[in-house]
Amino acid sequence: MESNGNAVYLRGVTKTYGSGPSRVPALRGVDLNVPLGELVMLVGPSGCGKTTLISVVAGILDHDEGDSLVFDNDLRAMSQSQKTSFRGTNIGFVFQAYNLIPSLTTMENVAVPLLILGNSRKAALNRSKDVLAGVGLEDKLNALPAALSGGQQQRVAIARALVHNPRLIVCDEPTSALDADTGRMVMEVLRQTALSENRALIIVTHDNRIFNFADRIARMDDGRIILVEPQVATS
Amino acid sequence: MYDPMRVRRKPHVPVAFYYLLGKRYDDAIRKTDNIVAYKATTHYNVFTLYFVGTGENKVYLIALKMLMGDRGKYLGLIMGLTFAALLITQQSSIFTGLMTRTYSFINDLSQPDIWVMDPKVQFIDDIKPLQDTELFRVRGVSGVEWAVPLYKGLLKARLEDGNFQIVNVLGLDDATLIGGPPQMIEGNLSDLRRQDAIIVNDVGAATRLAKRPKEAGGKPTPLQVGDVLEINDRRAVVVGISRVSRTFQSQPVVYTTYSRATNFAPRERKLLSFVLVKTADGVNPTELARKISKNTGLAAYTAQEFKDLTYNFYMKSTGIPINFGIAVMLGFLIGTAIAGQTFYNFTLENLRYFGTLKAMGTTNGVLLRMILLQALVVGVLGFGLGVGGAALFGYLMRGSELAFRLVPEILLLAGGAITLIIVLSALISIRKVMKLEPAIVFKA
Repeated sequence: MESNGNAVYLRGVTKTYGSGPSRVPALRGVDLNVPLGELVMLVGPSGCGKTTLISVVAGILDHDEGDSLVFDNDLRAMSQSQKTSFRGTNIGFVFQAYNLIPSLTTMENVAVPLLILGNSRKAALNRSKDVLAGVGLEDKLNALPAALSGGQQQRVAIARALVHNPRLIVCDEPTSALDADTGRMVMEVLRQTALSENRALIIVTHDNRIFNFADRIARMDDGRIILVEPQVATS
Repeated sequence: MYDPMRVRRKPHVPVAFYYLLGKRYDDAIRKTDNIVAYKATTHYNVFTLYFVGTGENKVYLIALKMLMGDRGKYLGLIMGLTFAALLITQQSSIFTGLMTRTYSFINDLSQPDIWVMDPKVQFIDDIKPLQDTELFRVRGVSGVEWAVPLYKGLLKARLEDGNFQIVNVLGLDDATLIGGPPQMIEGNLSDLRRQDAIIVNDVGAATRLAKRPKEAGGKPTPLQVGDVLEINDRRAVVVGISRVSRTFQSQPVVYTTYSRATNFAPRERKLLSFVLVKTADGVNPTELARKISKNTGLAAYTAQEFKDLTYNFYMKSTGIPINFGIAVMLGFLIGTAIAGQTFYNFTLENLRYFGTLKAMGTTNGVLLRMILLQALVVGVLGFGLGVGGAALFGYLMRGSELAFRLVPEILLLAGGAITLIIVLSALISIRKVMKLEPAIVFKA
């Protein structure tokens, strides 16, 4: 099985929740390629399986059938501890609710992935300073999340997703809690700082205001990808 | 390009931590590479945590900061555990103090190896007198170096102001005065040979036997050497003040000679309370006690056996153990309820962040240790504050009527109880975190 140079290569991926009469198929045979250097958006109505799909891609949910390669690593062949280690090294997360730990400063929140990887605190904090400067928050290093605006918190979350230099960044509704201007600014930061030829981005979104930041848009419905459209990214 | 995996991991250094009074984060950062100063929450907080360690230990600092960042729950947890440790330690110490008092009189008499008494005696204050001739029968047993009589009884003393007070009278062998108080504060034991002489313990002299103040609101005057009492209508002159261990019944202790004590006592056919025996060199006290019992038909116990008899009587025949046991159990249950519920709520509220850590590559093992560390920190603080509070209480109450004896075994008991509480609390939380699907992080 070859991924043909794609960061993510999915073929016939299925996932069903529950069993018996209460079983709910969430993914019904998904095929998807995400090439390196591209920003792919997953769009579709609620309950169509977008979040399940990125959970499978990120290795935090096991799928039932099909092939799933992420950087040529077969997720189904990995043990849970291997997946945990794989996630820590290769994947960055940006969440809709930011999920910044409230009692940690901005700098410390960003340093968390590095601390998990076993870096020294000093090295982790130095690196997080640099990354925060990259998203324009060099003056908020010691602020607690509660003291930041929604847009600033999402930029901290982006910095946290980037700090350990992962090859895949998975974003779940990164702009849904933000106003249009802030959402656009966050997407600009994401495109400018996160996207590179060695990295791919998958963004789950409902927010059609940010579709123009995508390289491709994969439309989902009822557990399947029904259409993959190329976009001309504007930033 | 920055590659975190290429950053060399520093050697693991065992985590040590100290709570110190701190002011500013910046002040704390003055350590070497291996020392990380970790500020608990904001610079408003009083305590600053200093951690020594590198590498993976830093993940555990996140756990501590999560714990201390939620100040209300953090303090609630510590308070719950402090209360439990305080109640368990304090009540156990009072129980131990009370139980020690039940046999304190036996402790104070260090000279005799064996106590001989009526076989029906159940504890030290359960006096069933013997005939005086029993003393000679005991002396006739081989292996006995010496045997002396001891009178012990509660008698009525009439004070200078006409009030009556029950006193614990001890009549010592006239010739040897064996069985006297362990410490004389004023006067000498041999002064008991003077006419009508008695020695009174200092606490009794200063409290129940003290003379009433001459003016309203004044302080009572302690009984002094030279003062005169009446015991059962017979004159008694204070010739000395002694210090003895407090007894369970707390009456003033009056020492006098055996012959004088039997004069003080109401007329009875039998007046000998105990025979005190010293074993000859090379004789085993336990074996001699069995021999005395066999030859005389009396009960003979070594000092330790008599203490055990007394202790067991109070344990089995009084409500003391169950009363204190209930208080200790209550402390444990309340501590478990408060700490368990608070810790569980704390975990529930942080479930999203544990899920985030899990998604970002934290293993279940590390999360487990994070929770255990959080539980350990609040446990150690709660235990320290609780035991410290109980010890302070005991210190402030020293010299009072309160029986308080804090022994190492109680610290172990309280430590064990607090450990059990935090383990139970942590287990509930750990189960929740272990079962946590990292996909929770994608739920808004």
